[in-house]
Amino acid sequence: MDPGLIAQYVANSLMLGIIYAMVAVGFTLFFGVLDVIKFSHGDVLTVGAYTGLATFLGLELAGVAAPWAQLALVALAAMAATAVLGALIGKYFVLPLRGAPALNTLLITLMLGTVLREAIHLFYPQGSNPKRFPRLLPADTVELGSFTLRLDNSILLAVGVAAIVLVHLLITRTRLGLAIRAVAQDAETARTMGINFEFIVLATFAIGSALAALAGVMNGLYYSEITFGIGLLLGVIGFSAAVVGGLGNIYGAILGGFLFAALQTLGAIVLPESAYKDVFAFAAVIVFMAWRPTGLIAEKASERV
Amino acid sequence: MIAIGDLVRPDARFPGLASVAAVALYSILFLHAESQREVMGLVLGALVGLLALSRFDWTQRVSSSFAHHPRLLHGAVLASVITVLAVFHDQHYPLLMLATVLLYIVMCLGLNIQFGYAGVLNFAGAAFFGVGAYTSAVLAAKTGVPHLFIIVIGGGLAALIGSLLILPLLRTRGHYAALITIAFSLLFKTLIEVSDALGGPQGLKVPGLNLFGWNLNQGLAVGGVELSFYANYVVLALAMAAAAFVLTRRIERSWIGLSLDAVSLDETACATFGISVARWKILAFTIGNFLAGMAGAVYSMMTGFAHPNNYTFGDSLILVSIIILGGIGNPWGLAVAAAIMLVLPEKLQFIQEYRFLLYAVLVILILLFRPMGLLPRQVRVYFPGWRPQ
Repeated sequence: MDPGLIAQYVANSLMLGIIYAMVAVGFTLFFGVLDVIKFSHGDVLTVGAYTGLATFLGLELAGVAAPWAQLALVALAAMAATAVLGALIGKYFVLPLRGAPALNTLLITLMLGTVLREAIHLFYPQGSNPKRFPRLLPADTVELGSFTLRLDNSILLAVGVAAIVLVHLLITRTRLGLAIRAVAQDAETARTMGINFEFIVLATFAIGSALAALAGVMNGLYYSEITFGIGLLLGVIGFSAAVVGGLGNIYGAILGGFLFAALQTLGAIVLPESAYKDVFAFAAVIVFMAWRPTGLIAEKASERV
Repeated sequence: MIAIGDLVRPDARFPGLASVAAVALYSILFLHAESQREVMGLVLGALVGLLALSRFDWTQRVSSSFAHHPRLLHGAVLASVITVLAVFHDQHYPLLMLATVLLYIVMCLGLNIQFGYAGVLNFAGAAFFGVGAYTSAVLAAKTGVPHLFIIVIGGGLAALIGSLLILPLLRTRGHYAALITIAFSLLFKTLIEVSDALGGPQGLKVPGLNLFGWNLNQGLAVGGVELSFYANYVVLALAMAAAAFVLTRRIERSWIGLSLDAVSLDETACATFGISVARWKILAFTIGNFLAGMAGAVYSMMTGFAHPNNYTFGDSLILVSIIILGGIGNPWGLAVAAAIMLVLPEKLQFIQEYRFLLYAVLVILILLFRPMGLLPRQVRVYFPGWRPQ
């Protein structure tokens, strides 16, 4: 195979992988602090992407034309809106169900995701049609033989990596991160040490959701198009990535995200029709679950009987 | 004459019979209603009526009435479905809805065995329904296999494909297990959408059901009265629903049902008492998928097509919603919930567009405020009239 083509495939799967990893990190953060799956995560991402789009249209009207200012404001607005949304979901839909079976949380957030998705579908102007997402990044390309390096994609990749590194530093190096890790390890003990449990949980939800919004905006910039349904697939992929990596482990989530993207790309290469790539990737996830039921980096679990 | 004393006795027949009759009458009025105003009036009337009755502990009386006279009241339910059928004998649309509700009940009973009893949550119900639908699409159009066998093959194939998921399902728990059926649900829809052999995004046409040389798509005339051809499907679907119902009830009150409940309550305790967790999960999952596949096979022959958009993850979520709304593990509850969820948006045109949104909100409210569902599951009754002390 042509090395340029291989490089192209690798570049594409890195790009997809970083978006998946950002979604998966959110899932794994929520699971870490509260042992729940917040399935509306994917649709929160959609809300983020649409908020970004609406902000862009608003900026156009307001006459702000500098692309960098636009980009920064779009990303900030999307992240702020979803951070609030994520914290609200945590406060009113996830925390009240703490005593109920874990699957109830999964169900309620699945349904909440449907509410968000349908709300965009029905109430955003012409919400059922795909929306063109503005190209805010320079479209320069660098030709390296048969491999075309797109500058905008490189920037997106760098931003994604930076975001994940920042979250990682936040978790491992700050007082807030210390509190998050304490709650994740043992909520009861963390409380007795004077940690405000509810605040930490909601802060985690806000951080994860903001990360998802950034992923949503990046996804929009990458494909130049968003639809109300992007969150469902990205949510399931992010969830798969987090589970394949091992829930509750941030490295596992990143690994899982890139693994899923690699599987999709592999599916597109080896199968006669590239349309089967999702089928291949999901089938691989199911087979993988039979082999490693708790993911690559298993959560440390001891069961009390 | 009905004395007042008869009404308050726990074994009174009246509450059960009256409720069945009222539901039948209401269904007829509802299916008959044409204008949006009539439908809205009926919906509001039902809400007010239910609120009024709940002040008199009516559900308790009805369920105790059902517990004392199961045969009589099950007979009454069958009779009332047949009455509805007779009232609408020559109209296509109400009968299509009636048959659809009955087939969905078959499928939801299957999911109920999985989730309600064994605790295996299946987010791919619509996919297994779709396996049945595509089985009949391919076999009925391209081969001469008798259609009765096709229905059974549809169920068998759904169970067989489901068995591919068994190994990962048994090895995982909780969220990890949920991922497997969610992934399968998305996989299935993508697969049929991109597969040219299965018609791709256009779907496939399905010929009508033919039983022993009798084409169900031709309406019968009984004693000079023309019947809609959907009447045939209603009778078939009613038979299937009744059979699935009997199966569910038999499983529930047998030692199999006890084992399934035990597995869903505490796997570790089960294993220590020698109850095989794997065996019962496999059994419940297989029976459930079999029922879903059979229902799907008949449904696609009735509607005449199999289309990828009918078997999406969203549809699977609607099935899960029906089970939760009805009361997890309660077959009567899910029958009522299926009727509400399927017929209401068809009749109230303006909510058709909003139905996914409304269902989702409804399920969220149920989970927050009434987590056991509208009609919570009762303790098993082994003898007519027996009550837990």
